[in-house]
Amino acid sequence: MANILVNAPKTAKRGAVIEIKALIMHQMETGFRPGPNGQILPRNIIEHFTATWDDAEIFSMEMSPAISANPFVSFFAVASESGTLHLRWTGDHGFVAEEKVAIAVE
Amino acid sequence: MRARYFAIALFLVFGASFALAQSQGQSQRGSGADTRRSGYQDMGPALQQMQDDDTANPGMLFVQQGSKLWSARVGVAGKACADCHGDAATSMKGVAARYPAIPPGADRPVDLEGRIDLCRTERQQAPAFAHDSQDSLALQAFVAAQSRGQPIAPPDDPRLSSWRVQGEEIYRRRQGQLNLSCAICHDENAGKKLAGVTIPQAHPTGYPVYRLEWQGLGSLRRRLRNCLFGIRAELYPVGAPEYVALELYLMERAKGMTMEAPAVRP
Amino acid sequence: MDRRHFLAGTAVLVLLPFEPAAATPAAMAEAIRKLVGDADVREERVKLDMPPLIENGNTVPLTVSVESPMTVGDYVKAIHVFNEKNPQPNVFSATLSPRNGKAMIGTRIKLGDSQKIVAIAETSDGRFWSASADVIVTLAACLEEAT
Repeated sequence: MANILVNAPKTAKRGAVIEIKALIMHQMETGFRPGPNGQILPRNIIEHFTATWDDAEIFSMEMSPAISANPFVSFFAVASESGTLHLRWTGDHGFVAEEKVAIAVE
Repeated sequence: MRARYFAIALFLVFGASFALAQSQGQSQRGSGADTRRSGYQDMGPALQQMQDDDTANPGMLFVQQGSKLWSARVGVAGKACADCHGDAATSMKGVAARYPAIPPGADRPVDLEGRIDLCRTERQQAPAFAHDSQDSLALQAFVAAQSRGQPIAPPDDPRLSSWRVQGEEIYRRRQGQLNLSCAICHDENAGKKLAGVTIPQAHPTGYPVYRLEWQGLGSLRRRLRNCLFGIRAELYPVGAPEYVALELYLMERAKGMTMEAPAVRP
Repeated sequence: MDRRHFLAGTAVLVLLPFEPAAATPAAMAEAIRKLVGDADVREERVKLDMPPLIENGNTVPLTVSVESPMTVGDYVKAIHVFNEKNPQPNVFSATLSPRNGKAMIGTRIKLGDSQKIVAIAETSDGRFWSASADVIVTLAACLEEAT
C-alpha cells in the first residue's frame, strides 16, 4: 500500500471553496538518468492523477518526468454537498494508488 | 496627590527591577546571544515552507510508513514496537534528542538506528534492518518526529566523554586529497558560499532528513559520507564506530538546539 | 532548389541528431504552438508563482492561479506548464472544472538548469492566457559518491 498524505477539511460550509493537498510516495524515475552501472534507469513515473467528488470528476493532471519525486498536488473544490473525495494516481508498470476522504457539508 | 506620587514611584521601582532582572538573565546565558544556526535558517522561504507544512514535507510520508512499522508485529517473538512502548507520542518524546547513547548492559554507544536494531534482534527476535534501508529510515523518522520541538539533550554519561573526544578529533583533523577538516568548512567558513549554497554550521537537528539532492530520506551517516567524499577522503565503512563518535560530538555541540526531524534540506 | 530551401534542409539535417537530447526554447515554443494552434496567447490573468532562486532543482515549488469566476459559463478548462531546458518541454497539463471554485493549483517540478517556465491557461471560451517565470537553480556542493 502506497504511503499517501491528504490534507482536506472533514467538514465544510455549503458552497465554501476548500483546498485539497495530496502527497504520495513515488520515485518518479525520469528515464533520462544513468544508474550506477552507466545504463539509463528505466522510466517509472505517475502519469495521471484524478480527483472525483462522489461520481463527478472535478480535477485531473497529466504528469511528465519533470514532476518531482514524491509528487505533491494542491487544488481547490467547491463543497457543494456531503460526499467522498476520491483521489487516484496511476502510472508506469501498472502503478495504481487511491485514497478516499469523506467531507461533510453543513 | 501623595497617593499619585506613590503610585509613580512604585511603578518606577518595579520597572527598574524588571529591567535589572532581564539584563541579569541575559548575562547569565553567557557572553552574547547563541550564534548557532540550524540549516533551516539558511534555506530560502520556499524550502522552509516545505518543511513546515506536514502535507508538503515529503519526509512525512516516511513518518507515516514508520508509524505502520511501529505497530506491525514482527520476528519470532511476534511483537510490535507498540506492544512494549505503547503510544509513541508519549514514550518516544525526546528519545531521539538523547541519542547516541549507551544502552543498558552495553559498553559502547549506538545511534538511533543501532538502538532500533537492538530492539529488533533482542526483543522482537527479527533480523536487524539493512543500514539505511527505507524501513529503518522510516522507523527512525517516526521516532525522531516525536521529538520535534524538543531541545537536543545529550546524556550526561561519563562513559561517552572519550567517544566525544574521538568525534571532535575527527571533526578537527585534516583529511582527504583536499586536506580539509570538518571544522574548516563548518566552523571557520560557515555562512559563506560553496558552489552557490550557504555552508551550514552542521548541527544535526533534523535527521533523518529529506534531502532534495537525494530525492529521499537519509541518515546523518549518509550526509557525513557525502562530506568525506566531497573532500576526497577515505570513507569509514558503513557500520564504523567513527560515525557514532562524530554524531556524539555534533549532538553535544548542538545541545539545546531544537529538534526538527524530518527536516527538509537542499 | 532555391537557396532558402537548401538552407532550411541543411538546418534540419544539422538539428536532427541533437533533437531528442533536450528541450530548447524552440522546442518549448513548438510544444506551445501544438497546444494553442493559431490562437492568440495573451500575457494576462495568469500568475505563475515560483521562487526566483532555488537551492536544488529536484523539487521546485510552483503555483499557478488564473483570474476567473469559475462559473459554469466562464471557467478555466486547463492549465499547462512548459519548460525550455529539461529533456522534454511538457511539465504537466491539468484539467479543471467549475467544481474547483478557484483556478489555483500547486505542485513541485524538476528543473535541470536555470531556465524560463511558461504557464498557459485555457478558458471555457477557448481563449489562451499565459505567464512566465525565470528560475535560477543553484547547485549543491559535496554530492553523493558514485557507488
